[in-house]
Formats: sequence, structure tokens, C-alpha cells
Amino acid sequence: MMPTTTLRSKLAQAREADRAALIGYLPAGFPDVESSIRVVQAMVEGGCDVVEVGLPYSDPMMDGPTIQRAAGLALDSGTTTDDVFQVVEATAATGAAALVMSYWNPIERYGVERFATELAKVGGSGVITPDLIPEEADEWVAASDKAGIDRVFLVAPSSSDRRLALTTEACGGFVYAASLMGVTGTRAQVSDTAEVLVRRTREVTRDSGLPICVGLGISNGTQAAEVAAYADGVIVGAGFCQRILDAPDLETGLVAVRSFAEELAEGVRSR
Amino acid sequence: MSHALPVPDDGGHYGRFGGRFAPESLIAALDEVEAQWAKVKDDADFQAELDHLLKSYAGRPSLLTEARNFSEHAGGARILLKREDLNHTGSHKINNVLGQALLAKRMGKTRVIAETGAGQHGVATATACALLGLDCRIYMGEQDTERQALNVARMNMLGAEVVPVTIGSRTLKDAINETFRDWVANVDHTHYLFGTAAGPHPFPKLVRDLHFVVGAEAREQVLELVGRLPDAVAACVGGGSNAIAIFAAFVPDENVALYGFEAGGEGADTDRTAASITAGSPGVFHGARTFVLQDEYGQTLPSHSISAGLDYPAVGPEHAHLAATGRAKYEPVTDAEAMEAFRLLCRTEGIIPAIESAHALAGALRLGRELGPDSVILVNLSGRGDKDVNTAADYFGLVDSEGQA
Repeated sequence: MMPTTTLRSKLAQAREADRAALIGYLPAGFPDVESSIRVVQAMVEGGCDVVEVGLPYSDPMMDGPTIQRAAGLALDSGTTTDDVFQVVEATAATGAAALVMSYWNPIERYGVERFATELAKVGGSGVITPDLIPEEADEWVAASDKAGIDRVFLVAPSSSDRRLALTTEACGGFVYAASLMGVTGTRAQVSDTAEVLVRRTREVTRDSGLPICVGLGISNGTQAAEVAAYADGVIVGAGFCQRILDAPDLETGLVAVRSFAEELAEGVRSR
Repeated sequence: MSHALPVPDDGGHYGRFGGRFAPESLIAALDEVEAQWAKVKDDADFQAELDHLLKSYAGRPSLLTEARNFSEHAGGARILLKREDLNHTGSHKINNVLGQALLAKRMGKTRVIAETGAGQHGVATATACALLGLDCRIYMGEQDTERQALNVARMNMLGAEVVPVTIGSRTLKDAINETFRDWVANVDHTHYLFGTAAGPHPFPKLVRDLHFVVGAEAREQVLELVGRLPDAVAACVGGGSNAIAIFAAFVPDENVALYGFEAGGEGADTDRTAASITAGSPGVFHGARTFVLQDEYGQTLPSHSISAGLDYPAVGPEHAHLAATGRAKYEPVTDAEAMEAFRLLCRTEGIIPAIESAHALAGALRLGRELGPDSVILVNLSGRGDKDVNTAADYFGLVDSEGQA
């Protein structure tokens, strides 16, 4: 039995309180390492239960323009994998659960086992890997098990029932359900496909009770409430990045981020 | 040691390379492409339709031309050119696009998207879509739309929409990222017509299968012309489709040396290079494990080549495997060496090659001097150089900075 992670406790607490958890995303080093720590703190103050710290990557195939831009600025400011661990450590210190969200190559390059060990050491709960499927993950499964951290894979509206079962079985903490067929970024409406996908995923996770968190396209409190009605967690990324991009200075950005998190936190509580 | 043609495992792995490092959203579509290809690969009707197009539309079989004058500069070795430049649309790319466009129709897709670097794959894709009545959008790095403006016009004339990609390094790799983003959002009615033997499984195998005809024809043509197999086969390598095209049929012939010539740019030991096998390291890029130009943190390094079609920081996984097993050798050719070979072929044979293919010609000059006058070297002349006239004129100082002669 794996020792429980902060992530698991946070999701369990939300479930007990009969609400969805709020999960925020921010690339480490955006707009620079020190400032990104302050943004994460504002996200947590506003009500994020979990923060996904993004590892900025040169070729973010699954990201839309907002996160591409934020991650690009993080790379321009010189952010490295070691800085990501620093932001994770600061995130964990806020009391929120800290995850890393990363494309696979930077993890492989850092050393799969070394990455898992280092993440556990700085208090990280797990890693979301958007371009790694369980079939390619043998080394990652071994390393993450050994380090006692959660592996979060994705399911999508196009996933077959067979793949829903295979993927959720390989997950720990939660499974990331992509609300729609597309890349990250805000949308005017949350697609109905999300609810269908969550229902289909519940069928295969009935025994494990694995939480299902929904991301992609959620950009306001109303949408968060809609998704919270059927999901265990609501994941928001581009909306936070956009507020920092739009702000004339960091302090203004922090105020906007905090108030956005508050709006979403209220949403996930209005089941 | 004998070598069979590598067959990937069920997950698309060639040894430790290849595989499928792709978002879950795309797995169903990749499975569908794989299953449909397995079905039509041996389907007589499909093959008849494709063969008919290759013969009556693309111009296959392409010629084999002996380059006697050029040979004098290659240590007297007999240089045989596989003339993919004579295909419709001017390069080997047409083989793959006709096959995949037919496949797209079989899958009920109405829209095709593709990336392009030099524009050859984009032009070929736009052509196949015009012929078969498919909507077509081509993503092209903004930097490439500038250096290959003529091909942008060509694609527009063929009815394709060309979208310049303005993020990242604004070259081929960013065009591929953007095409994947489009595919994820439109996968129900859209086929991603991948242009090189790279990307997630099944693309490396699908693209190789569709280009297999190049090496198969050349093998027979060489046997007929010289009565024996060549000593060496040479091709340029960017993503690697024209190289795998001419290598594949020769892989089991253990006495035939296979040489891939990578774009060395300003030198494979400089940071202005695209030689991913020579200067890169194993990593995961664009859906497969392969050799990648990357920094110590796994961030992709910008590549450089005078040739837009080779300006790519990785390589197809089957080449990574052929390099790792030693079956094929990969060596860099600099911009300057390629341009010298380009000039030489123009002057000695009256053939203007694509700058991509000029890398293979430069390699053949090197090999010929090494192997001597009794040797036979087969070179894949993968494309023609009409698209490169501006770049070459500029390089050789034939025009002023305003582009005027």
C-alpha cells in the first residue's frame, strides 16, 4: 500500500465536504521563478486545493496560445527543471497539494528515477503527463511507485472503454478527464462531452473510487459550478495565466489571480 | 550478420526507438489509421487504385540516370541518380500523399491537414487533395513561408489554405506542433497527412510503406544497368522519408552500405546544425523516441540548415534504430558542401537538384573518392531545385539583396 499523498487527502476532504476540489495550473518561472511562487500563493489564498506546477517545454503540442505564451516567457526567463522543483517546494509549503504537469521529454532527460525521487523530496504529490500513455510508461510506473508519488494520466472523449479501464488502472490520485477534443485554453462553453466522459469513466472506476477531475476550457465560476456537479475536481489553467499576462504589473496580477481563484472556489462549492 | 527489414512491434517500436508518445485524445485516431492501413495494405482494389495513380499521375517508375560527368568529381565511381525529382510535384513526397489521401477517403475523412518545411510536402498534399476532392490546410513556419514563397503560391493555386506558424522557431517543428493541435480538435473528420517517416506510430511505418516503391524500383534498375547491386546507397536525412524510401528495399542486402547524410548546417559541432543523429541524443520528440537536438534539460534546440526541408531537430525512429544497430551510417554534410555539390550537378549534368538532395550528392562525392572507380553508388535525387533558385542565386551572389539579377 502506497503511503497517502497530500493530493489524495485534499481530494478526500473535498469529497467529504460534498464539493469538487479546485485545481489550478501555472507554469513554473512564469513570469519568473520568484514571481511564479507568489502567483501560486495567491492561487492557494483564493481557494485552490491543488496546484499543478507546469514544467515549461519548448514544444507544447497540447497547449493553446495562452499557455504557450506563458510557458515561452518562463523559458525566456531561464527557468530550468531545478527551478520547477523550487516552485513545487514553495507550493507544498502553502499547504496545498503540489503536482507537476510536464511533457515527457524533460522528465526523461532529467532521469526518470531521479525526477521522481527529487519531486518526492521537495514535497510534490505526483505528476500529470499529457503525452505519456500507460503503454509507454513502464519505467515511470516503477519510478513513481518507488518514490511514493501519484501518476496522473489523461482520458479523452475519444478514449475507448478498453482504454478508460487501462488508463484509470494506471492512475493514482485522480484521472484527468479532458473535457473536449482540443488544446488548453478558455472556451465560451464547457462541452457536454465532459459530462458523458465522466459518466463513462465512473463505470470503470466504480470499484477503485478513483477521483475524476475535469480540465480544458473552464474559465469562470459558472462553468466551474457546472463541472463540479458531476466531477471530483475542476482544473483551470489558461485563465490564471491570462490574468498575469493582462496585468500591467505583478501586484495587480496577484489581486486578479486571487479574486479569480475565489470565484472558482465558490463555483466548486455550489453543487 | 544478415538484416531483415525492421518490423516494428505492435506498439511501433524499432528496438528502443519509436513508439507512441502522444496525447490520449489522439490515440483513437492513430489506432484507426493503423487498423485501416493494415486492412488496405493487402487489399487488391486499394493497391490497384494507388498503382494506377502512381503510374498515370505521379509518373512512376521514376528514371535511373547515370551521372557520368559528375562521376569524374567523385573519384570516378559510377553515380546513379534515382530521379524522384521527375515525379509530379517535383519530389518523392507524392508517393506518400497519394497513398494517405486515398486512405483518408477510405476512413471517410473530408479534410486533410499537413505540415510542410520546404513546401514540397505541402504542395504534394495540396495536389492530392485537389485531385481527390478533399479540403486542405497546410501549416508552414513563417520563416519557411518567407524562404519558400513560391511554394506558398503553388499551394494556394491548388486550393489549399496555407497558415503561417508564428510561434517558436517558426520552422518545420513548430508547423508540426500546430498541425497536431488542429488534429486534436478536428479529428472526427480530419486526417493528418504526416509528411515524413517520423511522428507517433503508425506514421513512421505507414510513410515507409508508401515510399517503399522508390528503393524497390531502384534495386531492379541498378541490377539491370550494371548487373549487380550498388556498393552504397546515399540519401539526405531530415525527418528521413526519402532516405527510408531508398534504403528499405536494400536493408536485407548486407553488402550494400547505406549512408544517410544529415544537414550539418555550419558544422555538426556548432550550434547551427540540424544533424540530429550526429549531434543529438536519444529523447522523445513529436510522438516518438528518437535522436533529438536538445539541451541538458530536454528542451529542443533550434536547428539550422540552408535547406528548409532538412531543418528539423529530430529524425524518424527507424533511422535512429538503423544508426544504433550500425546497419546504416549517418554523416553530416555542411551547407557549403551541399551548395558546392548543388552547383556541380547543375553544371555537369544539367540537373538542378533540391538543396535537400544536394546533401546526398555531396555525400556521394565523398563516398566515391573513398570507394574508387570500381564502385557503384546509388543516390536518391529526392527533389528538384526549382523552389531553391532564390536561395541558391542569393548564396552564389547571382542576385543583389533586392533579389534582382
